Amino acid sequence: MIDDGEEVVERGKANLLVFESLTKKYGAITAVDNLNLKIGRSEFFGLLGPNGAGKTTTIRMLSTLTTPSSGSIYIDGLKIDRNLTGIKARIGVVPQHMNLEGEMTAWQNLELHGRLYGLKKEARQQRIEELLEFTELSDRAHDLARKLSGGMKRKLMIARALMHRPEILLMDEPTVGLDAAVRRKMWDLMKGLNKNGLTVLLTTHYIEEAEILCGRVGLMNGGKLVELDTPDNLIAKTGRFVLEYFENGETRSRFFASRQDAIQSAAGMEGGVNIRPANLEDTFITLTNRKVGG
Amino acid sequence: MQFMTILWQEYVLFKAKFWSITTGTMIAPVLYLIAFGWGLGSGMQVGGSSYIDFVIPGIIALTTMTVSFSTIANDINISRTYTMTFEEFMIAPVSMLVLALGKITAGALRGLYSAFIIILLAMIFRAGLQVDGYLLLLTTLNCLVFSALGFTAGLLIQSHGDMAKFNSFIITPMSFLCGTFFPLDRMPSGIKEFIWLLPLTHTTLALRDRGSDILSAFIHPVVLLLYLLIFLVVGVMICNRAE
Ligand SMILES: Nc1ncnc2c1ncn2[C@@H]1O[C@H](COP(=O)(O)OP(=O)(O)OP(=O)(O)O)[C@@H](O)[C@H]1O
Ligand SMILES: [Mg+2]
Repeated sequence: MIDDGEEVVERGKANLLVFESLTKKYGAITAVDNLNLKIGRSEFFGLLGPNGAGKTTTIRMLSTLTTPSSGSIYIDGLKIDRNLTGIKARIGVVPQHMNLEGEMTAWQNLELHGRLYGLKKEARQQRIEELLEFTELSDRAHDLARKLSGGMKRKLMIARALMHRPEILLMDEPTVGLDAAVRRKMWDLMKGLNKNGLTVLLTTHYIEEAEILCGRVGLMNGGKLVELDTPDNLIAKTGRFVLEYFENGETRSRFFASRQDAIQSAAGMEGGVNIRPANLEDTFITLTNRKVGG
Repeated sequence: MQFMTILWQEYVLFKAKFWSITTGTMIAPVLYLIAFGWGLGSGMQVGGSSYIDFVIPGIIALTTMTVSFSTIANDINISRTYTMTFEEFMIAPVSMLVLALGKITAGALRGLYSAFIIILLAMIFRAGLQVDGYLLLLTTLNCLVFSALGFTAGLLIQSHGDMAKFNSFIITPMSFLCGTFFPLDRMPSGIKEFIWLLPLTHTTLALRDRGSDILSAFIHPVVLLLYLLIFLVVGVMICNRAE
């Protein structure tokens, strides 16, 4: 199954990002377990998995915040290292948690980033204005970052990651806590960036998000990459719709390729039935159970 | 460039909190001056001069130490474990050496600012304090040494509680024992020699003696420089492995 995914990469684009036997151990916990993965230039890649799967740890190793226990990561064939400033300048990071400087304004947060990445004064100011407009934060430019709403902070973190025009954008659950409308806007924003050639590595719990955005998806569990495929293939493997029903004192679920099939099957049932689109948890649980079962 | 950026950020934050920093920095030295200058000092003589003149160099040494140390140690510790803003520097194309130098210089500048405040206060309290290049050099070195120690401690120490412990067991004892409030030779031998090895002792002695003895005038800054070098190297090494 992992080979299927590889073909998509090989089909045209050069490998920009290569993870080679990447492993990270925290004491007895193996957060990332022998990860082998190649991501092509301008690809939109999604890393999915339940809590504790190792997604953030992978992103942190890629952004040099954490050093691997073994294995390596290459960008354009260069092995990443905390002191290799040239490589670090090619990456932009939107972390899972808020890490803006709360006591500085939105503008100053972007300025700090621009200065750290060596942007000259005029280029810096122009870029800040451009990005504040892009993220609809222009009117909040001189508010302290801690006074912005959660969604605004997220948008500011995305703007910050884009300040230095990175080649690779790492986003760790960038849409958690955003309202539906803002989330949709963020999706458009990310898609647009990717169309312009930006390589994106995104982690998410939402398979619809991956489905809309990602060309390819890697499914992680317990630090291991257990699936690698297009979102379509991944969802099709379980069924796109779930029928949840109550039987013998417990909630059960069945999967269907379409809503119609699910409705038909639910027709004869009594009591509370629920039909909803399948999500990652469904896909994930089913896929792993199937593997265990043989 | 990035070195200046780190200082720029500290300047922005300093400007935003100018008054609370300034008044906060003043409290301890003012209390020392009242207690040891007016309270105890008026009738007391140490080594032929009034006690307040004796104690001012000690107050400069210990205040610049605590300010430089705690500014940078808390900044690194909080930004690493609580606000997570340290990540912005770690992922940036900045080498760990430049990062360390920037942060250490920023902490030292805050220490120097506190020295400036004490010198002003000393004038108000009419203490005899001679401000010259040697005092500036030694104070700057003292600030750099303890800022570098703060950088290392901020990276190593994981929790706020442990930071408080470090303060209680290392910084506070030094601030009282390193010749700051009373001459070193009142200490029992054995302990005296140990205290002589500590960096703060050299700052205090140098600020008080003022090169009256050429050899020690030279030794004190050299010892401080050695400490600075060691703390810097250790700090960069730890920064390279920090998670
Ligand atoms: N600094 C750390 N010290 C010890 N263990 C850690 C550390 N960081 C992560 N872990 C462990 O590594 C494993 C993977 O964590 P990670 O944060 O990478 O998961 P994740 O896939 O991002 O999960 P989530 O969806 O909840 O964000 C977890 O078991 C976690 O407890
Ligand atoms: Mg995570």
